[in-house]
Amino acid sequence: MTGILGLAWRSLMNRKGSALLTVLAVALSVALFLGVDKARHGARAGFDNTISGTDLIVGAPTGQINLLLYSVFRLGNATAEISWETYQEVVNRDDIAWTIPVSLGDNHRGYRVMGTDETYFERYRYGDGKALKLAEGERFDDVFDAVIGSEVARKLGYGVGTELVLTHGLGAGGLSDHENRPFIISGVLAPTGTPVDQTIHIPLEGMTAIHVGWETGTKNPYADTITEEMIRDFDLTPKSITAIFVGLERRGTILSTQRALNTRAGEPLMAIIPGQALAELWQVTGVVERALIAVSVFVIAVGLVSVLTSILTSLNERRREMSILRATGARPGHILFLMVAEAGLLGLAGAVLGVLVVQAGLLGLGPVLAERYGVQLQGLGLSPVDLWTVLGVTAAALLIGLIPAVTALRRSLADGLTVKL
Amino acid sequence: MSTEPAIRIRDLRFAWGEGPPLLEIPAFDLAVRERLFLRGPSGSGKSTLLGLIAGVLEPQAGRVEVLGEDMSGLSGSKRDALRADRLGVIFQMFNLVPYLSVVQNVTLPCRFSKARREAVEGGPVAEARRLLARLGLTDEKLLARPVTELSVGQQQRVAVARALIGGPKIVIADEPTSALDADARDRFIELLNEEAARSGAALLFVSHDASLASHFDRSVDLSEINRTRAVA
Repeated sequence: MTGILGLAWRSLMNRKGSALLTVLAVALSVALFLGVDKARHGARAGFDNTISGTDLIVGAPTGQINLLLYSVFRLGNATAEISWETYQEVVNRDDIAWTIPVSLGDNHRGYRVMGTDETYFERYRYGDGKALKLAEGERFDDVFDAVIGSEVARKLGYGVGTELVLTHGLGAGGLSDHENRPFIISGVLAPTGTPVDQTIHIPLEGMTAIHVGWETGTKNPYADTITEEMIRDFDLTPKSITAIFVGLERRGTILSTQRALNTRAGEPLMAIIPGQALAELWQVTGVVERALIAVSVFVIAVGLVSVLTSILTSLNERRREMSILRATGARPGHILFLMVAEAGLLGLAGAVLGVLVVQAGLLGLGPVLAERYGVQLQGLGLSPVDLWTVLGVTAAALLIGLIPAVTALRRSLADGLTVKL
Repeated sequence: MSTEPAIRIRDLRFAWGEGPPLLEIPAFDLAVRERLFLRGPSGSGKSTLLGLIAGVLEPQAGRVEVLGEDMSGLSGSKRDALRADRLGVIFQMFNLVPYLSVVQNVTLPCRFSKARREAVEGGPVAEARRLLARLGLTDEKLLARPVTELSVGQQQRVAVARALIGGPKIVIADEPTSALDADARDRFIELLNEEAARSGAALLFVSHDASLASHFDRSVDLSEINRTRAVA
């Protein structure tokens, strides 16, 4: 049969142009499918990598996805806050080892501002347990110090020493700027590939300080008369924060601690397990993912139909060829095998090319993404999915090849030795 | 086996589908090593007869024996194997597979038949080159060209080499000279006769052109052996 495989190959080479187009169609459809699949895994991995080592996230009662999105991914808004007293109660629980306070609400040119404390730099972990690192400068020390994420630094061209004015709320700059309380950048974080890169970190006290005179939600007329020196003398303990990242003494208590926080008397709280909330998020996005996968599977089907079209249209001009092959000793099985092999070769070449296109894309983008954004494309390289896709597409092409194969066979049997042209 | 004729047909009847019988041949023989000219006008059923002999078509009645084997008693795959092993076929024109080289076209039967692959000494490629050389095709540049660029005469000679490779016992030629001019035609028939004789194959040469009959051992008119035509 290897002799026939050689025939199939030469026959395809004889129709290089159309064969190449067919291979390209299959390759693009496979690349789309694998691209969607890799993007899906990449996005999941990206989200999964954003927070690690944090056992619970605590906030005011809301949906668990909502709490996760605004506290970790800086997406959406908190609907309510946690009072400082409640925060202290949480901090003082015996089963809790450490807490990171998170206070959100302001922005600077679209980048979210997050008030927090030293624990953030010590305890926050992302990826497989990586700690935050400063690329430049140091952690905030003064009330008006800020530590910015790598993307903020790169996109806005900021560095250590740059002054920045925060904007109240999440709107654009202008009327609600905290222009009387500029911050000075003390440090720039190394890229993490997480929303940390897009965040401006300031001390909780700084968050309180810029809001002196803003108690009603807008700037009151006297705010500008309060000088920075006066503010430094104020008690800058915040009245409330947005969320708490919690690390437990023992991970085994995670469920009981969660229950205790959720059912405690007094100010209601909501504690979520990040992994669980993510799983719920994936359930929601799963519908969209499945739709995308379904679409790309249909695109592969279209690619395979182009294999069928290319072979079927070639059959007429190949009638003579078939009868020559029959006359020189080709059995019906040989003719079948020839046609099926051609379809299989087209499918295989297309699928492999599609995998290569995706891999080349990842290879080309990988270093750039890792260097500039800290996004690791690990786990997106060649995977069993690629292998199964190649096998599946080839098998489908072989199966589809049966259609022209049977047609060619019927004709060659009917034609006998001579074709009446 | 040597006493068996190469081809023996008895009481053959064949019709396309439900149509009227096209062939009714009580008896027809081709002896071993015989070179026979079968004459018949277009549409007289020559090609159909060749299809029956080659085992590509099946008769409604009667026996077609090729080298002692009754074709109708054989399964389809056995008939295919018999054809692959023992028959060389030359067509009127467009004999060659366009995407194969000259040599690959000649060695084609060796791909399908183990018997013919093993019958050649020194491998199919060397044998193909030897046959091509005997047929006057030695120019390396010519051999390297796509077969579609060869002249009709050259293509037909390549087809002869293909029909003869691996020493088949019977060579069937269906109007192989109809696309050649008179000079080329005579030379082609001489070559074909010589090479068939050299390899010990019987030759069944079919044409409508009665003037070619003188080149062969024996000449038969299809209308003489086919009863349907005789009546018509």
